[in-house]
Amino acid sequence: MSIPGQWYLILAAALFSIGALGLLIRRNVLVMFMCIELMLNAANLSFVTFSRMLGDIGGQVIVFFVLVVAAAEVVVGLGIVVAIFRRRANASADDLHALKG
Amino acid sequence: MVHAAYLMAVLPLAGFAVLVVAGRRLGDPLAGWLATVAVLGAFVVACVSLAGLLTEPASARHLSENYFSWITVGGLQVKVGILLDPLSMTMCMFVTGVSALIHLYSIGYMKGDPEYSKFFIYLNLFVFSMLLLVLANNLLVMFVGWEGVGVCSYWLVSFWHERDSAASAGKKAFIYNRIGDAGFLVAMFLIFSKVGSLDLATIFAHRHALGSAGATAVALLLLLAAAGKSAQIPLFNWLPDAMEGPTPVSALIHAATMVTAGVYLLCRVNSILALSPDAMWVVAIIGGVTAFVAATIATSQQDIKKVLAFSTVSQIGYMMLAVGTGAYIAAIFLMVAHAFYKGLLFLGAGSVIHGLHDEQDLKRMGGLARLLPWTYGTFLVGWLAIAGIPPFSGFWAKSDVLSNVYAKSPALWALGVVTAVLTAYYMTRLFVLAFRGDERWAASVDDHRPSPPHESPWVMRLPLVVLAVAAFAGGILDLPWVHRTGFASWLAPVFVHTLYQAHQSTGVGISLAVVDAVVAVVGLTAGFVFWRRRVDRPALEPAFLQRVWYWDDLYDTVIGRPGQVLARFAATVVDGRIIDGAVNGAASVVRRSASGVRRLQTGYVRNYALGIALGLAAVIAFIISRVWWS
Amino acid sequence: MLGAVHPTLPDSATFAVSAAVIIGGALGVISSRNAVHAALSLVMTLFGVAVLFIEEQADFLAVVQIIVYAGAIVVLFLFVIMFLGVDRQENVAYEPLRGQRPLALLLVVVVLGGVLALGVSAHWATGAHAVAGPRTAGGHSNVYALGKAVFTTYLFAFEATAGLLVIAVVGAVVLARRPRREAAAGPDGEVPGPADDPEGERAELETVGAPQADGDTSPSQEEVPR
Repeated sequence: MSIPGQWYLILAAALFSIGALGLLIRRNVLVMFMCIELMLNAANLSFVTFSRMLGDIGGQVIVFFVLVVAAAEVVVGLGIVVAIFRRRANASADDLHALKG
Repeated sequence: MVHAAYLMAVLPLAGFAVLVVAGRRLGDPLAGWLATVAVLGAFVVACVSLAGLLTEPASARHLSENYFSWITVGGLQVKVGILLDPLSMTMCMFVTGVSALIHLYSIGYMKGDPEYSKFFIYLNLFVFSMLLLVLANNLLVMFVGWEGVGVCSYWLVSFWHERDSAASAGKKAFIYNRIGDAGFLVAMFLIFSKVGSLDLATIFAHRHALGSAGATAVALLLLLAAAGKSAQIPLFNWLPDAMEGPTPVSALIHAATMVTAGVYLLCRVNSILALSPDAMWVVAIIGGVTAFVAATIATSQQDIKKVLAFSTVSQIGYMMLAVGTGAYIAAIFLMVAHAFYKGLLFLGAGSVIHGLHDEQDLKRMGGLARLLPWTYGTFLVGWLAIAGIPPFSGFWAKSDVLSNVYAKSPALWALGVVTAVLTAYYMTRLFVLAFRGDERWAASVDDHRPSPPHESPWVMRLPLVVLAVAAFAGGILDLPWVHRTGFASWLAPVFVHTLYQAHQSTGVGISLAVVDAVVAVVGLTAGFVFWRRRVDRPALEPAFLQRVWYWDDLYDTVIGRPGQVLARFAATVVDGRIIDGAVNGAASVVRRSASGVRRLQTGYVRNYALGIALGLAAVIAFIISRVWWS
Repeated sequence: MLGAVHPTLPDSATFAVSAAVIIGGALGVISSRNAVHAALSLVMTLFGVAVLFIEEQADFLAVVQIIVYAGAIVVLFLFVIMFLGVDRQENVAYEPLRGQRPLALLLVVVVLGGVLALGVSAHWATGAHAVAGPRTAGGHSNVYALGKAVFTTYLFAFEATAGLLVIAVVGAVVLARRPRREAAAGPDGEVPGPADDPEGERAELETVGAPQADGDTSPSQEEVPR
């Protein structure tokens, strides 16, 4: 192996954490979406790393499918965002608190 | 012939059932006649059974038959059956006989009452319960009859329940009875735990298993039950109040039958009583003291029925005194005689009340001798009988009791003699105030008393006459010189080893009898002297005696008020604050915690995302803990 | 195809640079005030990840990553940003929800620490080797191996994702449709949908908060009540 797998995994964990932090902190819906994409990428990176460490093509197959599903998810998610925030100037997640208990 | 004895109880029960279904339709007076015929039929069966029993030799007059099994639960086997022996036969005879006469009387007395048939329903049920009590061969079945008479008494005393005083009186009677019943129940528990059965024959056969402490306890508990039912100290206050009921009720229940149930119970368990001389002394003392106290109270009462009520308490005190000294036969003789003359006196009083249109105050009667001749004549007989004037039945009965008591305890005998004086005195006072003297009832001219007093119809007069004859001639049953062939020999097999027979010389016996006669005459004379002319003698009617030695007030202060305080405490604090507080508190805890938890639902997606992150951290922490510390 | 036994300098350098790019891009995404800047930072990150894919000999995936992720998805993002207003600036300094920032930071640090601790204690990769097939099929390329796995072992999943994509497209079209301007039922009997409601009075989605006219510069972020 060229570079030990640990480094990739640590990097993926860090990327995931940054994505999670961004999701919790930012209010703009689109930026939150992008943070989700960061987290998905971190997962993909770790899958590929595992595929290399364990010598199994299954990891890359999973990434393949994750890619597809992420694309579908983004499509639908952005459609919802457009539908909700069509009339509004700022797409803030904090405006949607009608389900307050 | 004796095997149909159960019909004695069944006939009144059948009368009760028919009246319940069709009584209202039968109406006045048919319902009354039906009830009377039912009880008369029971009397006939009683006579037949008596004849059958008499054909048996003296030692074999004992019939115990079981009809069906009532309770079979493990060790408790209760069969419903009857025990027919001289004691229960005697009781049945006078219960059915006197009841039949009183039923007949009630047809006339209750005429016009809107709840006519209901009265006879209760009366028939009462007779059935009383017969069940008397005939039972099992303590539990006897207790059913015991409770039955108690509840019928409650219904009948509060018959005119629209009157507050009547309703309260019924309640009071029932509650006092209940206290006694608790004694009965605990006695049954004790007996069952020691002997293992409630069947009378088994209990008497194994009575030594009770032990001396157990026997005393059982005896005292049964004394408590008898005190409740027969109105002895300390549970006698209900009887005067129970005079709120119609007069036939007072005659039947509170003179002739129910109040004698307690005496009957103690006579029935005489073999257990014999195991505990201490308990017998307690019975005797209570009897004697009650007789005296009640007699003193009766001297100051103004209501004609209240005088007779306290007189009943006093006479039963005599019977208890006799039981306590072991003179069972004397007690039963007095019981029978008392049923006759007290029943007669009450019915006579009822006739007076009926004739005067519901006037009960002695001070407002007077001079009725010529207006109510039949009532006057029969009442005279009853008066002389209870006063103890020879040769009426009361004289023989009372002197029988007192001569036995004299041999056992001179102190109690003296008490009995004083009470006899008082008895003669207050009965004479009643007689004089009601029947002789000026016609005070004419002075108070009320709108609702338009016509002068009238004599009662024949249905009311016939029982009076029959009872008068019995009261006069009843002494024949137990004249002292026919002990071997009379009443005593009839009853003796029941009390084989426990009967106390005072063996006195003839001289002592005769002098005691003379003392009794003299004492009666003294009381009689005193009554005439004081009350012939004057109606108002406050010195002879002190408030202390009028207020029943303040007994009711004592109970009210010691038991009534604390009870109310306790009840109020229970209602407000225990129920209101503790129980409601717990229930409402549980609800409010839920509500408050819910409103607290509700604040988690902020509606902000980012807060929920924080929740997810928190969960993720928890899961990772859990996995780490499993990996590192497992 | 198989890498060297110990990391060579070019490998290490590549990794280091890519890692820096990735982390930098990620930090840029979460801290940009402007959404477009955030999207561009995202592209940076995606490129970095693609380089690392190549480094790990997942060539096909690297290319697909660039084409699909950086090429399509980010473009979609930019389209929507343009659509909804490109010059809105979010006030990143202000946090209306109490305790959100500190808690978020704490939790993320805990999660990161936990994952790393787990990784260390579990020696990073503990799974069974070669469940689905070797990474490289005896001298063939990565594309060959990947294709073989997808079209034989995971064929059903592949077809399912194809269906998923169709559904996603249909859903997006329905969701993003502009309300129609015809009144009630048209001559061809079509039931009026949300399109008949240009002002959005009937659409439930529009009732979230008060509808604001375009051009309204009131920043709702600062006024959100707690």
